[in-house]
Amino acid sequence: MIKLVKERKPDPVMMRDVYIDQLIELAKEDPNIIVLDADLMHSNATYRFMEKYPDRAFNVGVQEANMMGIAAGLSATGKIPFTHTFACFSTRRALDQVYISIAYNRLNVKMIATDPGITAAYNGGTHMPLEDVGFMRGIPTVTIIEPVDTVMMKGLLKDITYTYGPIYVRVSRKSTTRIFEEGSRFEIGKGLTLRDGKDVTIVATGIMVAEALDAADLLEREGISARVVNIFTIKPLDRELIEKCAAETGAIVTAENHNIYNGLGSAVAEVIAETHPVPMERVGVKDLFGEVGSVDYLKKRFNMTAQDIADSVKRVLSRK
Amino acid sequence: MLKEKEMKELEIFATKIRIETLRELGYLGFGHIGGAMSIVELLAVLYGKVMKYDPNNPKWEGRDWFVMSKGHAGPSLYATLALKGFFPMEWLKTLNQGGTDLPSHADRNHTPGIDMSTGSLGQGISMGIGIALGHKLNNRDNYVYVLLGDGECQEGQVWEGALYAGNTKLDNLIVFIDYNKQQLDGYIDKINSLGDLRAKWEMFGWHAQEVDGHNIAEIYEAIQKAKETKGKSSVIVLHTIKGKGCTFAEGIELNHHMKFTKEQVDEAIAVLQKELEEKERDLR
Repeated sequence: MIKLVKERKPDPVMMRDVYIDQLIELAKEDPNIIVLDADLMHSNATYRFMEKYPDRAFNVGVQEANMMGIAAGLSATGKIPFTHTFACFSTRRALDQVYISIAYNRLNVKMIATDPGITAAYNGGTHMPLEDVGFMRGIPTVTIIEPVDTVMMKGLLKDITYTYGPIYVRVSRKSTTRIFEEGSRFEIGKGLTLRDGKDVTIVATGIMVAEALDAADLLEREGISARVVNIFTIKPLDRELIEKCAAETGAIVTAENHNIYNGLGSAVAEVIAETHPVPMERVGVKDLFGEVGSVDYLKKRFNMTAQDIADSVKRVLSRK
Repeated sequence: MLKEKEMKELEIFATKIRIETLRELGYLGFGHIGGAMSIVELLAVLYGKVMKYDPNNPKWEGRDWFVMSKGHAGPSLYATLALKGFFPMEWLKTLNQGGTDLPSHADRNHTPGIDMSTGSLGQGISMGIGIALGHKLNNRDNYVYVLLGDGECQEGQVWEGALYAGNTKLDNLIVFIDYNKQQLDGYIDKINSLGDLRAKWEMFGWHAQEVDGHNIAEIYEAIQKAKETKGKSSVIVLHTIKGKGCTFAEGIELNHHMKFTKEQVDEAIAVLQKELEEKERDLR
């Protein structure tokens, strides 16, 4: 069961700190948990794991490909390695290693990919992965999870650790908007209906969940009833829920912190096209490279605000 | 030191591996013959003498691991594993046929005795480092043997691995380089020379040796020295000949992947068969 916070605001604690505290906790019981990082230990807070368990943390330096291969080898000996680097490097920089060394070998590596999409903010276009979900979706066996806030991250980490297979965790490392109350429970592969509605379903992931909920508030004032669904497991996708939403609300808008190609929007469109075609729009980056700036600036720059979602909803409703 | 008899037995084993590799590839009439033939003596030493393994339990925890990073040499490794009883010799007839458990590149999902899937070059060293680390963390004394191709050493990841392992104390990691001086498109020195490989690895902090990769005693001795070297990873550069011992492949520039006729295969096998009989007679 989930419960939403009454007032959505930025979390006072950083995602990375909640994550690493929880991993340290799990590692207390399980010596097989291993941390690998590629010279971003201070960005990802993994140095704190290293302080606690120096024998089980490895900083390989600026060698993402090597890190993925080492993780594969460790997994082959029964370890549960967690790799850490920015999402751009975790995919673009080491894709073949993820594909062959890890996935093709049917190994068990958890890839923590930080700074996805526009949350790369001040690192700018070169560091802004807007295509990483597309890369990962194309690799069989890979599970893709995008935790929305610290409560979800904390709640999912044990399942991420003990669900065998490669899992790509696409996650902001800094403060995220709190959506869920403490004590909410999450299940990998199961989408969440955050708000009911009958005219349209907004399917959102990651930082776009807060925008989607804001959009639903805006729409409500105009008499439009929008359902908001959070798909945090992008692969395997909760097809059943999406099909149901298409059938019940007759229109879909997706919202993602990613290129509209090959990400959540594409995945949802595939399901709808195959099962229950309804009018649809995708909110996200429209096949552009990233840019530098604050997350708020970038949301506006790439038309990813609550207002943009609301506008998409109105367009999609006109095609109903 | 290997006893004279042991050495001769390993030479016989090597010749058998060559014969079975040729038969295996012969069913199809094409394949990665050059790099499969150049590593045969190494395979004979590893599987005939050095490595701990159990063909009836290929995933036995106490085994030594072998990561053949140059995955395209699958055929001679399969011949070796079949001769050692990991799977029936009959399987060798199925190489690369649809539905086979012996695909052209080594694949742990299919073949008993294959520890890691390889084929995309450069990745085996990192996997080997991970396995070696895993063994250390699990307090197991298993060795990890990684075989790199020489052309493969043009991949940047090899040097990422070399740098990182050079800074660790993974003395349970032993890397071989099949330095046969040829890659798919021809002679390495004409394409992108590797220069002094031994010196390069030494500079990266490894215990490095160079031996004649077709000399069983030298390979064995080098492995013993590598094992005696504590606190460091070891590399053994094997000077080899691409296509070694195969009449129609040895000495040809483009012998990485070849087509061949039944007659060529039969002739090559006949030569090896004769050699085998002489060696067996000599042993008796």
